[in-house]
Amino acid sequence: MIITLIDHGAGNVASVERALARIGAQSVRASTPSGIANATTLLLPGVGHFSALIRALDEQALRQPLLEAIARGVPFLGICLGLQALYESSDEAPALRGLAVLPGRVSALPPTVKLPHMGWNRVNAAANSRLLRGIPTDSYFYFAHSFAVSDTGRTTAANCEHGATFAAVIEQGNIFATQFHPEKSGDAGALLLRNFVSLAA
Amino acid sequence: MTLARRIIPCLDTDGARVVKGVNFVGLRDAGDPAELAARYNAEGADELIVLDIAASRDRRPTFLDTIRRVAAELAIPLTAGGGIRTLEDARAVVRAGADKITVNTAAVEQPELISQLSEEFGAQAVVLAIDAKCEAGHWDVRIRGGRDSVHLEAIGWALQGVELGAGEILLTSVDRDGTQSGFDVPLTAAISHSVSVPVIASGGAKLPEHFVQVFRDGAADAALAASIFHHNTQSIRSLKQFLSQSGIPVRFPC
Repeated sequence: MIITLIDHGAGNVASVERALARIGAQSVRASTPSGIANATTLLLPGVGHFSALIRALDEQALRQPLLEAIARGVPFLGICLGLQALYESSDEAPALRGLAVLPGRVSALPPTVKLPHMGWNRVNAAANSRLLRGIPTDSYFYFAHSFAVSDTGRTTAANCEHGATFAAVIEQGNIFATQFHPEKSGDAGALLLRNFVSLAA
Repeated sequence: MTLARRIIPCLDTDGARVVKGVNFVGLRDAGDPAELAARYNAEGADELIVLDIAASRDRRPTFLDTIRRVAAELAIPLTAGGGIRTLEDARAVVRAGADKITVNTAAVEQPELISQLSEEFGAQAVVLAIDAKCEAGHWDVRIRGGRDSVHLEAIGWALQGVELGAGEILLTSVDRDGTQSGFDVPLTAAISHSVSVPVIASGGAKLPEHFVQVFRDGAADAALAASIFHHNTQSIRSLKQFLSQSGIPVRFPC
């Protein structure tokens, strides 16, 4: 199995590549519609601004093949902005339409705490989370974000808290996403990536 | 749930090797950056910072190669800096594998650089380094390795930096740097309570108690040290055990 990394120019693709290589998973980069249409497993990394990611996907005409692949059931993992992009819109760029694969809106974390939410935090995981299977419950994951999706009920496999409760892990069918960066989250992150690779195989 | 307080080893390099010296005089070799990075990653460092303290143009390719070698060893975030003067400098550092960029002198001389970096990489990737020295009842911002005053007050500069788009402050006490007499707790508290972003305390670390003080009384979100880790005066693992026993939330590797 080869994981296709969506290379839209606004994500730290290289660090995800290194993390996958460390666990022995094969990956290729794709930046064209056909590269995504032919993928058997997709990973969408993202850092920075919501608008940079959405604009890049549209400019490279990647939105449609990505939506079609997800609808076909191709296993998908979104990381950080790659999670936020799944929703209808974000307060970070209200005029832009997200991928709208999942209902809801990305909003700013409250200014009552230090922002960005930067560093290592723990999550409250649902017992049946597939991505977090076998990972010790007191594990820390690395976060670096100021926007988040409020706890979304049954699609939320884990939530976290920083000023407000928000979704840390999303799982729905073939759709997986993390607000934290598994590629930067030490051994716990490596275990999560391994779980995704097994689920996608 | 609470964010863990972060422990961040810093690798000061001459581009290629980790060095240790005071005010750039008598630099001593302190090891290979990639070897130290691998050790700190395994010992439970929460992040790593690699700086090019020579920052000369002709050695730039060497430093970028050092970033690549260090990044290859890490499953934790990497910040790189030293000599970043333009957006293009920052792009090269990010392409080489840095997750965050730190700027100091160039940000003082051209504050709009902070905004440019923040727009391109996001605020979470922009670390404003401030070197501050106590002077006549306030903290004076220093540049060029702590030597030159620019007649800026540190709290005001930190607030302005955040306004411009910095997502984190790396705060070094010029008075404490290299003394191993403990962090400047009042300085750290003053900045940390003024800004809305996380603050990394730097300068003066030696004993585990110093770290407890700067987290508990200095409201630091992270603490940085260099030589005590390089020379094995202090292991990261035992430091974190001490912090945990003192009631400071820290992360242990699996």
